[in-house]
Amino acid sequence: MNKNVTNAIALTLLWVSAITTVAVLGTVILYVVYNGIGELSPAFIFTWPEGVAAEGGIWPTIVSTMYVTALAMVIVTPIAILAAVYLAEYAVQGRLVGTIRFAADSLASVPSIVMGLFGLALFVEAAGIGFSMLSAALALSFLMLPIVMRTTEEAIRAVPKYIRWGSYGLGATKWQTVSRIVLPAAMPRIITGIILATGRAVGETAVVIYTMGQAINLPVTPLDSGRPMTVHLYLLAMEGINLPAAYGTALLLMILILAFNLGARYFLRRNRKV
Amino acid sequence: MPPTPVPPAAESRGLQLVSRSTYLKELALKNLFLVCACVAVAGVALIFAFVGLRGWPIFATVGPWSFLTGTEWNPTGAEYGILPLIYGSVVVMLGALVIGTPLAVGTAIFLSEIATPRVRSIVRPAVELLAGIPSVIYGFFGLIILRPIVANFTDGLGFGAVTAWFILAIMIVPTIAAISEDALRSIPPGIREASYAMGATTWQTIYKVLVPAAKIGIIDAIILGMGRAIGETMAVLMVVGNAPVFPESISEPIATLTTQIVMDMPYAAGDHRTALFGMAIILFLVSMGLVALVRLISRFQTAMESGR
Repeated sequence: MNKNVTNAIALTLLWVSAITTVAVLGTVILYVVYNGIGELSPAFIFTWPEGVAAEGGIWPTIVSTMYVTALAMVIVTPIAILAAVYLAEYAVQGRLVGTIRFAADSLASVPSIVMGLFGLALFVEAAGIGFSMLSAALALSFLMLPIVMRTTEEAIRAVPKYIRWGSYGLGATKWQTVSRIVLPAAMPRIITGIILATGRAVGETAVVIYTMGQAINLPVTPLDSGRPMTVHLYLLAMEGINLPAAYGTALLLMILILAFNLGARYFLRRNRKV
Repeated sequence: MPPTPVPPAAESRGLQLVSRSTYLKELALKNLFLVCACVAVAGVALIFAFVGLRGWPIFATVGPWSFLTGTEWNPTGAEYGILPLIYGSVVVMLGALVIGTPLAVGTAIFLSEIATPRVRSIVRPAVELLAGIPSVIYGFFGLIILRPIVANFTDGLGFGAVTAWFILAIMIVPTIAAISEDALRSIPPGIREASYAMGATTWQTIYKVLVPAAKIGIIDAIILGMGRAIGETMAVLMVVGNAPVFPESISEPIATLTTQIVMDMPYAAGDHRTALFGMAIILFLVSMGLVALVRLISRFQTAMESGR
């Protein structure tokens, strides 16, 4: 076969694979939007589910999802940023740094149900916190930690060296340089990383299903249990009793995820410094 | 400006330009950051401690060999053999890799070699967004849309490995595509130019020059995609049918390690619960092993390159 014919066929196949990938994304999103759009109404968002078939709204599940996500974000952000500062600015390549990186990579690849059982064993049972927002948020924060650490470290490394030299040249100490020069310059990318990790937490099911509980409840304190949107969707879909509500929940979940992802992109484009 | 007084202790530290209190503050902060970085290590250790200790007794009561190779998973009859579940995990993972890898590597090559910046600015965010969609939505999509289609082509309800293959294949595309694309992009442009200068077509350059050069990165990508496929829980749970048996065909219900944990956890007690934690620690060891494998490969590659 002529090499140009082979070339044309191969390039077409590569186009096909890329188009397939985009088409799959489009199909999933359109499917959820098409079926869910009719369900969305203020009543669906702001009222409680009622009866055996969970008719009515999904308000408590939305609050539970937001609550646990915000709590996890508050827990993980300072630790992850400071850890990344250590890896990017202070650490000397060695066995310790190798161990930290391996541990972070391992955490990033832990199957989510394993993280769920870990949260159940440590926070719910051993620590005695019980099924609660706090237990779920702590388990989620271990899931988010490696993601925020990696994006923050990359953001800090992307800050040009000469900016640091300028700071040291003025007599600043290492911490002054990091806190007043490097971190502000890297901040847009750090915040983007946090938003993306938070988006992951919103969509997580297996981690929270056995740490937050499954009973519908409106959480007030961090020690309250609840049912997040993902678990609600899972139960509705598997029981098959109220598909319209499942579609509505899926659409709201999708809107949240898209808002986090597109929001992160938009934020980065507007504020990009490095 | 008068020179900063040098504290006595500073002399032993050599040339010291900051005051003792500043020095101590800097040192304390550095150690605080180190502690934060070690939280990741602590996380891994805690998972081992709390999941491992809960699961450990099952290896003692049932015996590691009969736990891993027992063919009957029947907790009510006190039979804890997880071979059917391991089989389910492996079958689901392999099928997803066979379907997902060509799609993902093709997309990666497209993004790095063929797409114009404009096309790339559409396809790349789409691939990243695929990674962001919650697994429960993939599962829902698979359950309602894909399952009836599969049921039409096979003689079952569509619950089984085939449906899981397609759903998982989509889910591992972002992982494999992103890492493969990084590997392809890190190849210096001069190598492409040399190939084109010899009269090679774009495709010849891709499969004779670029893919071999990015081979290690693509293998890493596939290994990590494998980890993602084995560990995926909710999406698989919603479409495999959850029967912990050896199926007679690929369109019959099966169960995987992850799905069985979710199904049994609400009512499991005693040895049954211990067995679920034992399965979790096996999953953790497998995912960690795959990460370690990727690191070994890259270390091997560095050694090869410096040896040349």
